[in-house]
Amino acid sequence: MEKTNRTKLLIGLAVALFSLALPFVLEQCFSQYYVYLTVKIIIWSLFAVSFNLVLGYGGMMSFGHAAFYGTGAYTCALLLARASWPMPAALIAAPFAAAIVGLVIGYFSVRIKGIFYFAVLTLSCSQLVYIVVFKWRSLTLGDDGIQGIPVPSFISTLETYVYCYFFILIVSSLCIYILFKIVRSPFGLILRTIRDNPERATFIGVRISNYKLIAFAISAFFSGVAGALFVLLETSVSPDILKWSVSGEVLLMGLLGGMHVFLGPIIGAAIMVLLNSFVTSYTEYWGLFIGMTFVCIVLFFPEGVGGVVRAKWLACNQRKTF
Amino acid sequence: MAILETRGLKKSFGGVLAVAGIDLTVEKNQIVGVIGPNGAGKTTLFNLISGYYPSDEGEVFFKGNDITGWPPERIVSLGLGRSFQVTSLFPELSVWENVQGTVLFTRGKGLSLFSRATGQAKEETARILSQVELLEKKDELSGTLAAGDRKRLELGIVIATGADFLLLDEPTCGMSPVETSATVVLIRKIAEGMNLTVLFTEHKMDMVFEISSSITVMNFGSVIASGRPEEIRNNKIVQDIYFGE
Amino acid sequence: MKRRGGRSLPRSTYTNRLQGNVTWAEYCTMELDFSNLFAQFISGLCRAMVLFLMASGLTIVFGVMRVVNFAHGSFYMLGAYLAYSLTQFYASSPSRFWVALIVAPTLVSLVGGLVEYVLLRRIYDKDHLLQILLTYALIFVLGDFIKMFWGVDLRIVSMPAALEGFITFFGNSFPLYYFFIIAIGVLVALSLLFILKITRFGKLMRASAEHREMVEMLGYNVRGIFTVVFMMAAWLGGLAGVVIAPTVRLSLGMDMEIIIECFLVVIIGGLGSIWGALLAALITGELYAFGILVLEKYAMTFIYGLAAVIIILRPAGLLGKQAH
Repeated sequence: MEKTNRTKLLIGLAVALFSLALPFVLEQCFSQYYVYLTVKIIIWSLFAVSFNLVLGYGGMMSFGHAAFYGTGAYTCALLLARASWPMPAALIAAPFAAAIVGLVIGYFSVRIKGIFYFAVLTLSCSQLVYIVVFKWRSLTLGDDGIQGIPVPSFISTLETYVYCYFFILIVSSLCIYILFKIVRSPFGLILRTIRDNPERATFIGVRISNYKLIAFAISAFFSGVAGALFVLLETSVSPDILKWSVSGEVLLMGLLGGMHVFLGPIIGAAIMVLLNSFVTSYTEYWGLFIGMTFVCIVLFFPEGVGGVVRAKWLACNQRKTF
Repeated sequence: MAILETRGLKKSFGGVLAVAGIDLTVEKNQIVGVIGPNGAGKTTLFNLISGYYPSDEGEVFFKGNDITGWPPERIVSLGLGRSFQVTSLFPELSVWENVQGTVLFTRGKGLSLFSRATGQAKEETARILSQVELLEKKDELSGTLAAGDRKRLELGIVIATGADFLLLDEPTCGMSPVETSATVVLIRKIAEGMNLTVLFTEHKMDMVFEISSSITVMNFGSVIASGRPEEIRNNKIVQDIYFGE
Repeated sequence: MKRRGGRSLPRSTYTNRLQGNVTWAEYCTMELDFSNLFAQFISGLCRAMVLFLMASGLTIVFGVMRVVNFAHGSFYMLGAYLAYSLTQFYASSPSRFWVALIVAPTLVSLVGGLVEYVLLRRIYDKDHLLQILLTYALIFVLGDFIKMFWGVDLRIVSMPAALEGFITFFGNSFPLYYFFIIAIGVLVALSLLFILKITRFGKLMRASAEHREMVEMLGYNVRGIFTVVFMMAAWLGGLAGVVIAPTVRLSLGMDMEIIIECFLVVIIGGLGSIWGALLAALITGELYAFGILVLEKYAMTFIYGLAAVIIILRPAGLLGKQAH
């Protein structure tokens, strides 16, 4: 027992040191582009871990999480660019907007019975948000997107991504930590009971729809933070962030990384971002690549990379369950 | 006062009348056994009482409340606990977590988002697990338990909900004779020790006659006979059902 | 009071002069008055028929194989693009559209058969989640294949000469093509009914849906039945694509556009019910057609609104089965 705790502590320390040193190493040895990629990985990791609250812990396969990511992004973008809000305020407001959208979409989605209906509904609602943003040109500038968003210079400076990296790392880590606490809490435990056996959960008195809705809203909230951070990184936004394929990508990250492992989606995010960078430099058929990866997972690896790792860990430390 | 009362409960499935007008009364602290051949409608009756699906006709009163048409979670919150013929647990959680989760929820901690679940409700969870004799296996995944242990864990979950009325659907289904008598002893001990009312259904006659204070016999969706074990034993109609043409 | 209204089918951009009173361009920007409500009704009916073609394909696959084919819209898009290629290839022939009408859906159904045989078969007995993921993945795959062959530019399919004209009655002009679409829809509906209720294959289809093992034990090739059903659905999707092609600009987002509306239709009508698909398609088509009069750009929100109401009041859909 003590040994695993100590191992965990050492691993944690190593990770911390690694993440502190990483940007400088990348900058010196490679280029700014790799620091930028790392920041992208961090943002997508936050998105993927938030998404996994609903998928891995809530047992709901949502196909429309781009709606929350994109709402967070557009809220932040509009507040910064159109309403001249200070960055911290915009960063705080964005997830609340995303959570509201999450409550509305979630309200209908959680009360529908059946996996297919749930998938269909989340996909459709996400498309609705996309279409609204696309067509409401007066507010969102539609297809053109919003460019040149005023972001504090320490983040957006073109000379180095290092400050940007640390800022986004701190915010994301804080959010992931909060999500971790939620997953470990009594609420998280009840959520897992719902995932495991909804009938049994009902018969201990749980109102399943309510719990699922809360999980959905929390997930939407932190997905919104990720979206806002995206805007800070890119200083621009377009309706593409709300496309149905974005929902597919975050889903793939959850599956690749392993949905029953809390940190699994981070692995998935890293894999996907790096692959995307690699593949798109050779071909424009990234969609084909995503599709084939999904097919491979379905046919050969339903548990994901994280799942395989966890199985090994469990085999070593027999009693621990999470 | 009767803790449970049903009036004229009826339920059909696609033209087949599964429950054909049942009037049932259960007094507090009784242990009532429901017996009958397969297809008599026992499980359907339990499903109707616990709100699993709504009845076509009739009413159910629980602790003086008209719970007809209530969803299960609402009925459970009044103090009804249900176990299933096919044991229903949380397979990916450990034995400890199965009970602990139930305890925490019942205590109202279900919406506690930021506290850590691990160390909470230790005494109560341990107490319940030792009551159902599963404390040594607390860290095992409940999905991997043997059949007898699963039944006892489910009993533990039901107790953990704080229910004072237990609806047990074949609580010794699939158990060996040794396990069965152990479970019987357990149920009686818990029921008497915690002042519970138990309504259960079983196929093992000796067990039913041993533990019940009252027995109800069903066939073809109706109550054929009801009363104390000796009365039922001597009841001609019941004998016909089981032994006659 | 004169009100401006759009047409529920986006306009074609060609500018050939047509037989009849008015050109397409003029037709689409015509000022409306309330006597044109009938015109909206007809265009709604038209839209409903296309939706029905799509929804019925989705529903028969679900009804028989218990799988929702998320990539159904890709068959639609493929049908449209194949129609484009075929009409381009036979550009000189006057009956090029009719060739496309026959050949394109057939090709699409072959693609469907291939997909079913190679991929879908492996997941019938697996978790529903895995099934969804597989057909969802196909949206990516098929979409990019279409991108590979046809590129990202918008494509136009020209209307068949025989159907370019207009019919006038009740004082309004209606494109003849609308009636063609409606006729196709009715024909398909009747054929489906015939197949399902009367032919032996239809009975096999329904039997396989309810009692797969039994049908297998009786010696029937259920796997083959599944393949044929999937090919039928692909054919329906492809047909919808061909039929709609002359009235829209073909683009790579077509698959998602149509599948969303199709999903809303099956939510409203209930999965697994062909009558439900028909009813919901009619309601949806008309709701959109009249919704345009109220909210020009956001008529879809009415459909979403109806779906929301159905979810709250009758989650299984209007004619759907309760259990899932």
